[in-house]
Amino acid sequence: MRILALIKRIMLQLLRDKRTMALLFFAPLIVLTLMYFFFNGDNENPRLGVVGGTELLTVALENASIDVVPYSEADSQTVVEDGLDGLLEVNDGGFQVTLENNDPGTSRALLMQVTQAAAMQGGAGVSASIEAEYIYGDAETEFFDVLGPILVGFFVFFFVFLISGIGLLKERVSGTLERLLATPIRRWEIVFAYLIGFGIFAIIQTIIVVFYSIRVLEMVMVGQVWHVIVINLMLALVALSLGILLSTFASSEFQMVQFIPIVVVPQIFFAGIIPLEGMADWLQNISRIMPLYYAADALKAIMYRGEGLADVSSNLLALATFAAVFIFLNIIALKRYRKL
Amino acid sequence: MDTSISINKLSKTYGKTAVLKEVDLQVAGGEIFGLIGPSGSGKTTLVKMIVGIDSPSGGMVEVLGKQVPNLSLLQDIGYMAQSDALYPELTGRENLRFFASLYKMNQAVLKERLAYAADLVQLTDELGKKVAAYSGGMKRRLSLAIALVHDPQILILDEPTVGIDPELRLSIWNELMLLKRQQGKTIIVTTHVMDEAEKCDRIAMVREGGILATGTPDELKAAYGAVDLEGVFLQAGRGAQ
Repeated sequence: MRILALIKRIMLQLLRDKRTMALLFFAPLIVLTLMYFFFNGDNENPRLGVVGGTELLTVALENASIDVVPYSEADSQTVVEDGLDGLLEVNDGGFQVTLENNDPGTSRALLMQVTQAAAMQGGAGVSASIEAEYIYGDAETEFFDVLGPILVGFFVFFFVFLISGIGLLKERVSGTLERLLATPIRRWEIVFAYLIGFGIFAIIQTIIVVFYSIRVLEMVMVGQVWHVIVINLMLALVALSLGILLSTFASSEFQMVQFIPIVVVPQIFFAGIIPLEGMADWLQNISRIMPLYYAADALKAIMYRGEGLADVSSNLLALATFAAVFIFLNIIALKRYRKL
Repeated sequence: MDTSISINKLSKTYGKTAVLKEVDLQVAGGEIFGLIGPSGSGKTTLVKMIVGIDSPSGGMVEVLGKQVPNLSLLQDIGYMAQSDALYPELTGRENLRFFASLYKMNQAVLKERLAYAADLVQLTDELGKKVAAYSGGMKRRLSLAIALVHDPQILILDEPTVGIDPELRLSIWNELMLLKRQQGKTIIVTTHVMDEAEKCDRIAMVREGGILATGTPDELKAAYGAVDLEGVFLQAGRGAQ
């Protein structure tokens, strides 16, 4: 079988290239781990100055991970001088909060916690413990958990795109593609051998990345693991077919790398790291042509909200359509060498 | 002998540049046919179109009575490109076996052909090495082995002996002669080395996308009143201007 011979050769070549293997399998893990540490850093407790609070209020605030510094008298000057994040003044049952606001994120969180604590305090005799309900995730949910599914998809897309694209490009540049077409091999056989040969590595990469994210980095994972793998494999197929298609338009490895800022980087913006709902309509429409948008949406649904494949079938269909179109274009693009 | 390759008004233009201008050529079965000309004259474009990996802008090519391109025809053609199209990460044997397995051959025949082709180019002892470690001449020899590994009826060799030492060059030429005599193979060779042209049964002088003259080396020398092919080439070139 010609296609088997070709698959065997592609895999053998890739296995001999240790650097590329390392890039494919370990680079995503290293970057994901780094991201994990960046986003999961333990925040220092905010420091809040309190004037005229009761014992109960102090307990409530401390339960909300706020360091309470009691004052008998203080003003905004005190906040700056003592390095406080905020100041709470209680007088005649009214609350007055002054925020340092150097970091808006911290301020907002602090204000919310203080308001809650104060509200508890307002109703006398209410337990000082604060209970909150969460629809998704839990009290431990961090930004990384929301970002994680998108990142998993992104790395699968990025590395598969790059390595498959350069794989076929090398074959063009070295003249072996032309030499291949001087044998009775069919154009579709070449395209499918590439999809399968690189696809096997993409499967291994996807499984490693998904398991590492869930088991080691403890990314939130409510849905089924194999659903996540199915979506990533569809995404890898899109990346593969797009990578080898774009290699048609590159005449060197350097030109292939030039596609990264054009094709790969914009996708991450449309993948949902920045909420799309508030964006201009034309921007939202652009996201419709980004494969990563569909994959990230599906991954978030499964990993974070615990939905199933049936719930994300429209996303899967979109990915399958992308892959089918790219594969078809690949077979056409080889006509440049041989009409048959 | 029957006509093996028939080329009819074959043209190729890239943008506004004409690389081949209405080339007509007949190659008989079982002859060694040389395409002689300087680099850039269109020899490589011409042989690529005979193989079917480049499409003509006009005219057509027939090989063994079938119009090119034709997938089944590729089983009968052995092509050696001007640049060595090899996979450097793989060993010589892996390269040879890979290309061989793209053709219809059963395992026993394949094994036999691998050994024969490697032996022919004297690479049997080097097959275990990665191609990345090969010298230029070794790569050329491996490319030649790949071209004839599937026992094709027609061999199309684009500058096969560049970078090969004189002794091995002689043995390759002797082998080509043998392939022609014993198995009746048709061989097309491009070269810009005149002493190789002398070894061909017939030659065509290619220049600026056209064929200046065709004939046996002796016919051409007689027709142009030159002592060697170099002289013929210069004479023919002047006549064309």
